[in-house]
Amino acid sequence: MSVGPCEAFALVVRRELRLSFRRPDQLLQPLVFFLIVTTLFPLGLSLQLSLLRDMAPGVLWVAALLSSLLSLDSLFKSDADDGTLEQLALCGQGLTVIVVAKTFAHWLVSGLALVLVSPVVGTALGIPGSVFATMMLSLGLGTLTLSWLGAIGAGLTVGLKRGNVLLSLIVLPLAMPLLIFGAAATDRAISGVSAAGALYFLAALCVFTCTLAPFAATAALHITLE
Amino acid sequence: MSTPVDGLRVEKVHVWRGDRHVLKGVSLTLASGQLLHVSGPNGTGKTTLLRVICGLLRPEQGGVYWGGQPISGVRGEYQAALAYASHEPALKGDLTALENLRFAVGLKRRVSPGELRASLEHTGVAGCADLPARVLSAGQRRRVAMARVLAMKAPLWLLDEPFTNLDAAGTRLLMEMLQSHAEGGGSALVVAHQELVMARDMRRLELTA
Amino acid sequence: MWTWFYKLASPPYVYGTAAALAPWFLGLAAIAIGYGLVDGLVFAPPDYQQGDAFRIIYVHVPSAWLSLFAYVGMAVAAAIALIWRIKMGHAVAAASAPVGASFTLLALVTGSLWGRPMWGTFWAWDPRLTSELILLFLYVGVMSLRSAFEDPARGDRAAALLALVGLVNVPIIHFSVVWWNSLHQGATVARFGKPTMAPSMLWPLLSMALGFMLFYGAVLCMRLQGEILNRERQARWVAEAIKS
Repeated sequence: MSVGPCEAFALVVRRELRLSFRRPDQLLQPLVFFLIVTTLFPLGLSLQLSLLRDMAPGVLWVAALLSSLLSLDSLFKSDADDGTLEQLALCGQGLTVIVVAKTFAHWLVSGLALVLVSPVVGTALGIPGSVFATMMLSLGLGTLTLSWLGAIGAGLTVGLKRGNVLLSLIVLPLAMPLLIFGAAATDRAISGVSAAGALYFLAALCVFTCTLAPFAATAALHITLE
Repeated sequence: MSTPVDGLRVEKVHVWRGDRHVLKGVSLTLASGQLLHVSGPNGTGKTTLLRVICGLLRPEQGGVYWGGQPISGVRGEYQAALAYASHEPALKGDLTALENLRFAVGLKRRVSPGELRASLEHTGVAGCADLPARVLSAGQRRRVAMARVLAMKAPLWLLDEPFTNLDAAGTRLLMEMLQSHAEGGGSALVVAHQELVMARDMRRLELTA
Repeated sequence: MWTWFYKLASPPYVYGTAAALAPWFLGLAAIAIGYGLVDGLVFAPPDYQQGDAFRIIYVHVPSAWLSLFAYVGMAVAAAIALIWRIKMGHAVAAASAPVGASFTLLALVTGSLWGRPMWGTFWAWDPRLTSELILLFLYVGVMSLRSAFEDPARGDRAAALLALVGLVNVPIIHFSVVWWNSLHQGATVARFGKPTMAPSMLWPLLSMALGFMLFYGAVLCMRLQGEILNRERQARWVAEAIKS
């Protein structure tokens, strides 16, 4: 009785979630980093919420980008280190299903967590509550796309010494459109203008990336495994 | 020597790692019921050969065939038919032995916890089933890895230094497992640098530098 | 199976072709660039808006075009190498990358120099300059990734994949930067006003573009020869080629 791709997907997601929740400190660290980076800006700029509000979308997004990058390094690293990545590559399901499952699970515990914490950060930066829906939607789409870009980068750099610096170097330029559209969406919402345009672009980017990135990430892992 | 249409065939495989010519035209065949011992000094490419056979590494020249077909063409089938054990036991430290087996074997075939526990029992680590892998000793981890190979119920076993960290009892156990696997129609390729003495006929391929 | 592809683009053949082409490219490039510079810097009339400062476009615009052209070339070579496993593709990609990055740097520097007389600052977040900057980051990423691997074959393949991913992203990045710039245009009107091109201004520009392209070809051939010699250093023909 062979195992279908959907079952395999569910099994891998369950595996990833179980592994993540057995190390709760590693789950929390990127979130704390997110909060710390956000705190740096008022300290460096101004404590006036009215002034912070202007910078808030950008600050929020930069902080989200940086903390996502921190956690992306571990996407494949642990499996590559203990040899289980090879077992996954040889399980007969094809690496693509595995990669999709791992990246999705990773997003659930990192990207989604960021989205859920964002109202707290938003309030600290002076973003009005009425904008939270747009902000969270843009962050959700953005972090999902970023997880996929990061999966490609992680696939390429896993196993390299100091691969995490190279990972950021590779992923950040690719993530710049995300930053532009995501911050613009929140910014326009704050100004009272419709954020629909920016959100549509963000969604298009997300769909495009989620469709093509799995294959690129799988190819990257095949290169690494050789 | 007749080449079996069934089974594994490796033909004149060449692999370069940077400037080093690691594998120089290696060929072998492995039909069902056969055991092959690949030996050789360090650095002669034994692990590389195994990875080429698994399909993880593409050779620059030569090919690997399963049932007459190149493995790149029948990847899904081929992977379903093989069980690979690398030099490391490949266990997640945070998962229990049973969970490790479940997530590894469960991707190949539907398997019940009972079956997995039976495999762990067979390799003598039934008591470790609910312990996280990181608290197990090296020998126990190796036995869990053996249980994983057993539970996969795959016809082709590709084992890289499987006797590492095994005590005398464990070594005997693995020999018996190989024996019954071959008797049941399975085949196995074992990379090991030590001498292997088996009751059953075991062919040998010596790799030289 | 696919073994004959391995030697399809035979290194000695590519080496020989590159060695033969390089001097021709260089010569023609010198002519095109020479004409372009003389005509553009001396004979073309000054722009009514920007005076003589606009003349820097004769270096800035061709470098920007070439930086993109070189990236596409690198990505195409990388694709050929990845899909058909032709090692020469990796050699071409590796040889192209620093050249393309240099063109990008040149575009950024000349763009910055152009900005000074225009707005009094050495930098402005103009869409083209910003896109060029991000392109530079992409180049640096590809080059860093290639050199980070100990096994050069894996480094080549990883860098090739990254180059392709980057290529797909270049239009997206460019579009988003233009969009972003239009969003914030109110604050500073800092765009490179492209002077409407009179023919007397256009010909030198095209000549410079052609000249740069030929120069890129020449430098690529020269670098490619070095790359091939390095990569194939174990082969017998290399020892003989070096002796001669």
